Amino acid sequence: MTLVQTGRVAALQGDEAVAEAVRQCDVDVVAAYPITPQTIIVEKLAEFVADGRFGGEFVPVESEHSALSACVGASLTGARVFTATSSQGLAYMHEMLYNAAGMRLPIVMAVANRALSAPLVLNADHSDMMGSRDSGWIQVYGENVEEIYDRTIQMFKLSEDPRVMLPSAINFEGFIISHDKERVRLLDEGSIKKFLGRPKPKFKLDPDAPLTFGAIATPDTYYEFRMQQNEAMNGALGVFDEVEKEFEGFSGRRYGTVDAYNTDNADQIMVINGSAAGTMRAAARQMNAVGEKVGVLAIKLYRPFPAKQVATYLAHAKTVIAMDRSLSPGAPSGPMSEDVKSALQAAGLSRPVMSVVYGIGGRDMLVDDGKKIFAMARQGPVSGLPIMYGVKG
Amino acid sequence: MSWKELEQGAVVKGGTSASYNVSGWRVNRPVINEAKCTNCLICWIYCPEPAIVRHDGAKVTIDYDHCKGCGICEAECPPKAITMVREP
Repeated sequence: MTLVQTGRVAALQGDEAVAEAVRQCDVDVVAAYPITPQTIIVEKLAEFVADGRFGGEFVPVESEHSALSACVGASLTGARVFTATSSQGLAYMHEMLYNAAGMRLPIVMAVANRALSAPLVLNADHSDMMGSRDSGWIQVYGENVEEIYDRTIQMFKLSEDPRVMLPSAINFEGFIISHDKERVRLLDEGSIKKFLGRPKPKFKLDPDAPLTFGAIATPDTYYEFRMQQNEAMNGALGVFDEVEKEFEGFSGRRYGTVDAYNTDNADQIMVINGSAAGTMRAAARQMNAVGEKVGVLAIKLYRPFPAKQVATYLAHAKTVIAMDRSLSPGAPSGPMSEDVKSALQAAGLSRPVMSVVYGIGGRDMLVDDGKKIFAMARQGPVSGLPIMYGVKG
Repeated sequence: MSWKELEQGAVVKGGTSASYNVSGWRVNRPVINEAKCTNCLICWIYCPEPAIVRHDGAKVTIDYDHCKGCGICEAECPPKAITMVREP
């Protein structure tokens, strides 16, 4: 398949759009290993290199652990670095995720979210990234192909900001977004290059001025290094807004840390991330048309978690529905549900929160499912353990 | 030190090991019998630390500040010129 030239509209799969964004972002090194449903990204980038359309170095490594290790080394030289993975691959990278974050390297990674084995499944849920949630990576979730194309460009800018210097993961559900072909308004390469500039790390590997990175710490200093990471992560919230604003300046597109649909007039507000957010908005729109008061709050930026914004939008709700496309066995509720409850509590708000697990292992989530869940929240009771929506039983 | 003062990403200058004295780690110290030593440099190659020091026109010596007493030099020395001796 030949991609349409930049500055034009193209029909692209999610994976293809991410690869195209990487090609346009003046990336120096890509080290990645193929895994379904992310494989197209790696294939596409290899193809770009073979065709002479991408000047970056493509490192075909033997595993995901090596992929991210190679990215860490490359990033230490001050290069702009990208990788992509899914599911088991992300799990295999787990150790290096912490090294990338701890060494404060602005690596950007695409994660085509896929459930974990066993039993082996190729389809989507968020449990891969949720398993690496605390690794210190900035995490965004996209809803559609154009959004993840845009996010890929934005995350280089955000990660490389001297106030941030943290790696980023762009999450999008496998097959649902990775393989779905959608209309994408590609951006002009010159504008992207101007927007991004070049990475300017304070320190980099230099044979003439040797440095040790990620040196051994003791109980006397380790906590302080983690504190720095935490401060940088919290500070990234404000920088994220700046990046989005500047991006909007040349693209006309902005998504926000959260996307609020009809939250001002809703009794029931559903909090959700990823591709199902749009489906739930469609469900809410149909219900609002017949006089029901429902809204949807899509979490776009998951780490750092925009807790204040979430609480502000949920202040109007009588009931909150917190949706998790991942299952944390034995937990009182899913990870995002717990974040939502914490955000409400921190803002001094007491709202009944109905926790719902859905879409596990690629189980469909359709407009009618959204309507059913809103109806359940209206009828109550909504407290207690999460509802396993859509499970056969 | 406050978290605000530490260098981001635990970056430190290279070569800091040189100022780190590890002599206290040792149980046994290598002692070279200069008469037996042929200055073949096998010990210098095998030493995991840079604790064997080469000299122009003289045989190798040991940098006891950086020797951890592992005994590899004794094991590898072809003419058996190195002996590990208990530290006092």
